[in-house]
Amino acid sequence: MNRVVIRTRALAKRYGDQLAVDGLDLEVREAEVFGLLGPNGSGKTTTILMLLGLTEPSAGEIAVLGLDPRRQPITVKRQVGYLPDAVGFYDDYTARENLRYTARLNGRKRAGLEAEIERALARMGLADVIDRRVATYSRGMRQRLGLAEIVLRAPRIAILDEPTVGLDPAGAGEFLDMVLALKHEGMSVLLSSHHLHQVQAICDRVGLFSRGKMVLQGTVDELASQVLGASWRVHLEAQGERLAAALQAIPGVGRVAEERKSHWLVEADNDVRPALVRAALDAGAEIRSVQMERPGLDEIYANYFRSPAAGAYA
Amino acid sequence: MNREGSPWTGLGPVFGKELSDQLGSVRMRILELLVLIAAIGAVYVASQTMRATLAQSPIAFLQLFTTAERPLPSFVTFLGFFVPLMAVSLGFDAVNGELNRGTLSRVLAQPIYRDALLMGKFLAALATLALVLVGLWLVTTGFGIVVLGVPPGGEEVGRGLLFLLLTLFYAGVWLSLALLFSLLFRQPSTSAMVSLGVWIFFAVLWPIFAQYLAQAITGPAFFESSQIRQAELATMIARVSPSTLYAEAVQVILHPSVRSLGPVFYSQIERALIGAPLPLVESLSLVWPQVVALLSASCLLFALAYVVFQRREIRA
Repeated sequence: MNRVVIRTRALAKRYGDQLAVDGLDLEVREAEVFGLLGPNGSGKTTTILMLLGLTEPSAGEIAVLGLDPRRQPITVKRQVGYLPDAVGFYDDYTARENLRYTARLNGRKRAGLEAEIERALARMGLADVIDRRVATYSRGMRQRLGLAEIVLRAPRIAILDEPTVGLDPAGAGEFLDMVLALKHEGMSVLLSSHHLHQVQAICDRVGLFSRGKMVLQGTVDELASQVLGASWRVHLEAQGERLAAALQAIPGVGRVAEERKSHWLVEADNDVRPALVRAALDAGAEIRSVQMERPGLDEIYANYFRSPAAGAYA
Repeated sequence: MNREGSPWTGLGPVFGKELSDQLGSVRMRILELLVLIAAIGAVYVASQTMRATLAQSPIAFLQLFTTAERPLPSFVTFLGFFVPLMAVSLGFDAVNGELNRGTLSRVLAQPIYRDALLMGKFLAALATLALVLVGLWLVTTGFGIVVLGVPPGGEEVGRGLLFLLLTLFYAGVWLSLALLFSLLFRQPSTSAMVSLGVWIFFAVLWPIFAQYLAQAITGPAFFESSQIRQAELATMIARVSPSTLYAEAVQVILHPSVRSLGPVFYSQIERALIGAPLPLVESLSLVWPQVVALLSASCLLFALAYVVFQRREIRA
């Protein structure tokens, strides 16, 4: 297992009498994409600002690369790139000038800087608009400019707050591919989003947020089996007399239901499709189709809040 | 809790960026043009008057700045009006502007402290003002040489420079105030209006209030001694306003013959050479309290802004 790069223990942030973040235990490992997921106002941005030392926690501990951002904010910020929610650039400046300013703030010397800026922008597909004022940029281009800034700074961790908001599906997919490329270069990525289905494809692990608490943490598959019980759902279209009993008898199968005539839903804790087909044939049934459904994060999230375990929050 | 690293890391780039932004901004260009026209107009009218009346005075260049000919006010009066306006226009959107554009959180996520950002913005605005003032002074002095036909003397240059420095301190007060309001209010328009409101209050209303306030405190003054006490109290109350402090200091620095601020007894000026100029050092020591008060007011306001900024939530 990879090294842990971000760790929080019982992290809390209180605004007045409202708990924005409540007893958060978070672990992000090296070279993984961790998704901080949850609805708006569930404490994601507050958590991120505390990780960067930009907001003071009310209680708890934080270690980013083994450092406390409260005591060593400069060292932490030097190794962490941040793309804020609704990122802004200086509109009267070109992309090149914006990045040059950030680089200068990072103490970069002028030698070789221009070439690096061009390379970073070209990689994000902004080579043609490098000397255009950012005021003319679309939302998607601004997001990519933000990512170019991170590429230029080459930090060990990148924190992206709601990076796909306001992007069209194609643009969002393109953006997430770029994030994935950074991960493959060894960068650890912490990504927050309320578009669960959009980011689940690139997240190695996710944490589901609700009202300042991390209610679930793990890989999507882990969460599915945790919340939905049996995480493998197979739709079987078949006709037969003794089908229900035969399906139920397969090891690993949980619930069997006939959703409508000759359409069966089978829930199992592993991939039971071969056994399912065999059992159905043995039972003398006619099989029309077998389809497996992988539960998405949306479903996991929705189900979690319907289950009694979540009664305390829901 | 000790902080690592220097709070000044990043000050250079912030200063450079802000300075070039301010000098190139449309709002600054317009104000510069306005001030230049007003200054040249005032100085020209003053020079015409002076040519007609006192041909050669040892302080001709200072009179160039202070002579007013109806309907135009003097150069100094113009500056006293435009400098706060310029200072406010340089500072009112310093922080909330960045917050609203979403650049603040991105910039503060760079490895710099907030100190560098605030200090860089303050110093860049002050440098912009200094550049404008020095330019203005050079233009008017050059204009004066052409019109009056004599170069300024050493003491006149000294008093002129002191006047510039004083004006810069005065600008610093309004700049710090605008900076503070840019932190306290979310909307740049709000902070601009509040800054201008405070300025108008202190420049126009406060001197009037000071009179009535003094009367209210001391009660009706029938005797000479109580009238003097009342006048002194009114002066002290008026000095709460930076505009009053600035006006007093400028009056002494640019008029070498002024030897006292406030009421003077006949017994005090007995055997004095009325109208004889004071040396520069004496003038300076006369207004030293005003100078220190202006400087400390701007320091105090900046410190307040600094404290507010350190605790400010930066999410948009």
